[in-house]
Amino acid sequence: MFYREAGQFKTNYVADQQIFPVLQDRLFVLAAIVAAFVAVPLFATPYLYTEILIPFLILSLAAIGLNILVGYCGQVSLGTGGFMAVGAYAAYNLWLRVPEANNLIVVFLFGGLMAAAVGILFGIPSLRIKGFYLAVATLAAQFFLDWLFARVKWLTNYTPSGSVAVGNTSVFGWKIDTPDERYLFILAFVVVATLVAKNLVRGHIGRSWMAIRDMDIAAEIIGFRPLRTKLTAFAVSSFFIGIAGAMWAFLRLGAWEPLAFDINRSFQILFMVIIGGLGSLLGSFLGAAFIVLTPILLNQLPGWLGVKMSTALLSHLEFMVFGAMIVFFLIVEPHGLARLWAVAKEKLRLWPFPH
Amino acid sequence: MGLRKAALVGAALVSAGFAMAATGASAQNEQFIPGLVYRTGAYAPNGIPFANGVADYYALINERDGGINGVKILYEECDTGYATDRGVECYERLKNKGPTGAAYVNPLSTGITFALTEKAPIDKIPLITMGYGRSESRDGSVFQWNFPLLGTYWSAADIIMQHIAKKEGGFDKLKGKKIVLVYHDSPYGKEPIALLEQRAKMHGFTFTPMPVTHPGVEQKATWLQIRQNRPDYVLLWGWGIMNSTSIKEAVAVGYPRDKMYGVWWSGAEPDVRPAEGGAKGYNAAMLQHGAGQFAIHGELKKHLYDKNKGSTKWEEVGEVLYNRGLVNAMLGVEAIRTAQKKFGNKPLTGEQVRWGIENLDLNEARIKELGLEGMLKPLKVSCSDHEGTREGRIQQWDGAKWNVVSDWYQSDDKVLKPMVDAAAKKYAEEKKLPVVDCSKQS
Amino acid sequence: MLGPFLETLIGGLLTGVLYSLVALGFVLIFKASGVFNFAQGAMVLFAALTLARLADQIDDKEVHLVHFVVAAGVLGGTLALIGWYALREYVARGGGEGERRKMLLMAAGGALIGGVVAFAYGKGAWPLWIALAATASIMGLLAYAIERLVLRHLVNQEGIILFMATLGIAYFLDGFGQTLWGSDIYKINLGLPNEPIFLFEGVFEGGLLVDPGDLFAALIAAILVTVLAIFFQRTRIGRALRAVADDHAAAQSVGIPLDRIWLIVWTVSGLVALAAGVIWGAKLGVQFSISLIALKALPVLILGGFTSVPGAIVGGLIIGAGEKLSEVFLAPILIRAFDLAGGGIENWFAYVLALIFLLFRPQGLFGERIIERV
Repeated sequence: MFYREAGQFKTNYVADQQIFPVLQDRLFVLAAIVAAFVAVPLFATPYLYTEILIPFLILSLAAIGLNILVGYCGQVSLGTGGFMAVGAYAAYNLWLRVPEANNLIVVFLFGGLMAAAVGILFGIPSLRIKGFYLAVATLAAQFFLDWLFARVKWLTNYTPSGSVAVGNTSVFGWKIDTPDERYLFILAFVVVATLVAKNLVRGHIGRSWMAIRDMDIAAEIIGFRPLRTKLTAFAVSSFFIGIAGAMWAFLRLGAWEPLAFDINRSFQILFMVIIGGLGSLLGSFLGAAFIVLTPILLNQLPGWLGVKMSTALLSHLEFMVFGAMIVFFLIVEPHGLARLWAVAKEKLRLWPFPH
Repeated sequence: MGLRKAALVGAALVSAGFAMAATGASAQNEQFIPGLVYRTGAYAPNGIPFANGVADYYALINERDGGINGVKILYEECDTGYATDRGVECYERLKNKGPTGAAYVNPLSTGITFALTEKAPIDKIPLITMGYGRSESRDGSVFQWNFPLLGTYWSAADIIMQHIAKKEGGFDKLKGKKIVLVYHDSPYGKEPIALLEQRAKMHGFTFTPMPVTHPGVEQKATWLQIRQNRPDYVLLWGWGIMNSTSIKEAVAVGYPRDKMYGVWWSGAEPDVRPAEGGAKGYNAAMLQHGAGQFAIHGELKKHLYDKNKGSTKWEEVGEVLYNRGLVNAMLGVEAIRTAQKKFGNKPLTGEQVRWGIENLDLNEARIKELGLEGMLKPLKVSCSDHEGTREGRIQQWDGAKWNVVSDWYQSDDKVLKPMVDAAAKKYAEEKKLPVVDCSKQS
Repeated sequence: MLGPFLETLIGGLLTGVLYSLVALGFVLIFKASGVFNFAQGAMVLFAALTLARLADQIDDKEVHLVHFVVAAGVLGGTLALIGWYALREYVARGGGEGERRKMLLMAAGGALIGGVVAFAYGKGAWPLWIALAATASIMGLLAYAIERLVLRHLVNQEGIILFMATLGIAYFLDGFGQTLWGSDIYKINLGLPNEPIFLFEGVFEGGLLVDPGDLFAALIAAILVTVLAIFFQRTRIGRALRAVADDHAAAQSVGIPLDRIWLIVWTVSGLVALAAGVIWGAKLGVQFSISLIALKALPVLILGGFTSVPGAIVGGLIIGAGEKLSEVFLAPILIRAFDLAGGGIENWFAYVLALIFLLFRPQGLFGERIIERV
């Protein structure tokens, strides 16, 4: 009843090319953004900020990055953790060595650019290698980069423990310190990045990625250059992932070692992309929410319900239920949460008179 | 229909949970203490006995004394799996629980300690990192919220080096010797490197660090290299299954076990038992105490284990890591007791407990009273010294049990102090932290 | 210099045989069903844990009985949920009464076996061979459950979805195994000698060191590989397996039952996991960490090809030897050249090695040539 496109005519090219051509979608997205900026800070607690909202937003950004590569360009990567580490350590070194650059936006963009460069480097084999061979090959990036940041002393400023820490971060003189400031800053960054990503995937570049994904030889024949297309996908994807990595290090952890970006991080983000929905930006957010929230909820639910349980059992149960839920989701909806959303929209269109 | 019903039930369950969470913290005269432990994952074999010791000591205080001067201990565990982000989540979840928030936190992982070191001053919750954590954090003028009680890794490494030097007949005899460090590739394993490099420079031995990647089951290449280079001593900075794997690999390449020295986290029963006979002769540093049963264990039996309230089997009470858990919990409880003398017998905030830790003074008589005679030497914490004491001994596995094979060593402050000062100063400058003048505090 | 080199080479090759064994589990499943089974590592852990605990004297029964009941409850709940879904699908498809009876029968059988195991579990230590047989049948059951509850519902999905599903299975198995059997280090005692043997002491200084444990492990692995190769080449089932691997649809059309073949394949790879678990468990002790060993087998896969049994064997040997040699001889040079904080290059060296191979042969050493048509 409320979600109906009937009567919304596109009378000029600008209207035809809008991101959200349907009025209801526009309003909904606007409302969501306003809620995130205004309503959330009204009631959120520090725990909600630091352990749920901030990880959710940062990992969403990483998931968007990976989704560009896996969902839009069809190149499976298990090296996400490694690219996040590049972003984090590049940002750290700029922050440490160039005092003039003590501006989180500059620092993060630098982290993203470096990650993009490394991403291109590790994307080169994708021209010859495909499918699971490529997935396993990207593990080379994961393990090599992890090793690099653990071993090359210069990168960690010769700290004896190999763990680096940052502090006193600011944006144009605005000190980003408390959880709500961090949240707002990350939110703004993620909103802008999502907008950029959305415009990329619906434009010429995005179309070329999808052509390669659907059938690379066919795409080549109709004139897309596989080299350039695949490498831009690697670069853009790694750029987003690198920024997410820098944010994770600077605004979530504060002090970190390479283990923070190990292979489990790669799997975690791949889970987000798949559970959320391949080739869907909304899916990246939904997937991130699912993967961030589920373990925490599973871990705390028995406590809330007043069930006394040993710590070990609780932890193992969390693993079991989490694994089972993933399998269940994949069986019920292999196209991810984004598909459920699309189905809901279809239903809404007809509601309340489905016939 | 079915789905809607399920959703309703789910919503009801969750809201009931929230309601309970809200009403859960009803009792007021309780001191909340969080426990960041790991009973799962790759490091569980070592995490479990430690967690049991901690839980049992708090239970004993509640059962026997009715709490700390009448203030009951409310203890809640959270499983970190030795992962840093999970540990931070646990900390954030538990830091404000109970009537006054967390009294203190034992991060039980060097990686988590590093992350929490940034958060502790903001939340005003002290960190007790007994025998682990940042070595430079013993400098209380910079690290006001960190307490690496009983000894840091630099102390541990120094104690082991002193023992080796003594066996060789003095530090000057170490010239030209080869010493290898096999370490867990994490902040924990890297901590001692700075001190060992310093010692190597002073005495002219060659020092080679060799990392082993998490979780530490892949060490073949490391030990083949050791076989080829034939170092005079191998120091082991491992944790969990890495320790027993190291010993097994040493057996496999025929490296003499009595030339191996583990840190105190590499010297417990789960580390040597899987290697069976192969571990005989292996040495490890002791964090003051070792295995065995003392007066406190009788109390535990009387008040917990005879009533079936213990958290493990009686046979495991008195093992190295269990005892370490006891001592760790005891230090926290005594710190709270100390703070209560100043602030009154009521639940205290983290800030008040911090004062208690900083003024912790356990003398001979008090240690005896606690039933820990023979496990612990007196310690006194102060603003400038957050370590309290830096003594340790060496123990050796004889195939069935650990035996103490050395006198007490004290880490050499002539070597350590300048390093601590320099590192703490660098940290304070990097982070632009305020430095407290310790001489102005009593 | 030759002595250490040979020693490292032998050590590397012997380790490589174990990689081959894990890789073999991957290959079998990928060949027959196109599933990149990431749960192989979790299966190794689960098999080893089950064996170790069945053969072990279990003394903290009370604690684990609670675990057992809860685990059974969760397993039952999950099964019921997925089973309910499956049932609904059958009904929707017009599945006959026979199907339903078969399903009920199987559930009852599973419960019965579970009950027997739970009962016997309370009785303490079993002789190793009985424990081995019991574990093998449990692995068969597990294969059955995976085929029935997961794979069947994901037929025709994209490879990456299947891959993710096996990751879910891996999480589940890790939690389930540890809930059931605990998370300490457990022993599997095969009575292997562990003191090193020295060969050619006259030729090299200090002799040539060989670890008898590794030697024995390599022997088991070699026997297993031979048996599997014969099974694949000579038996009826083996031929059917190869037919399925070549073309699902064609195999089905000549009357090869796909689901049974999958069951067999997953059972076999469960047994391979058991073998790997026994060997690794006897060497290192059984603990959560051994599930991470699966990662070591991945470069073997890309090097040897996902679908090639000989590839897994040769690839395992190359990777094993390559990574040990690189760590022992290349790492010290790198450390000196770049002032690194220690070596540890073996973790990525294997991948880089495999990657270089791949650039020349994108389908791996022995993989079938990928021919693409528009």
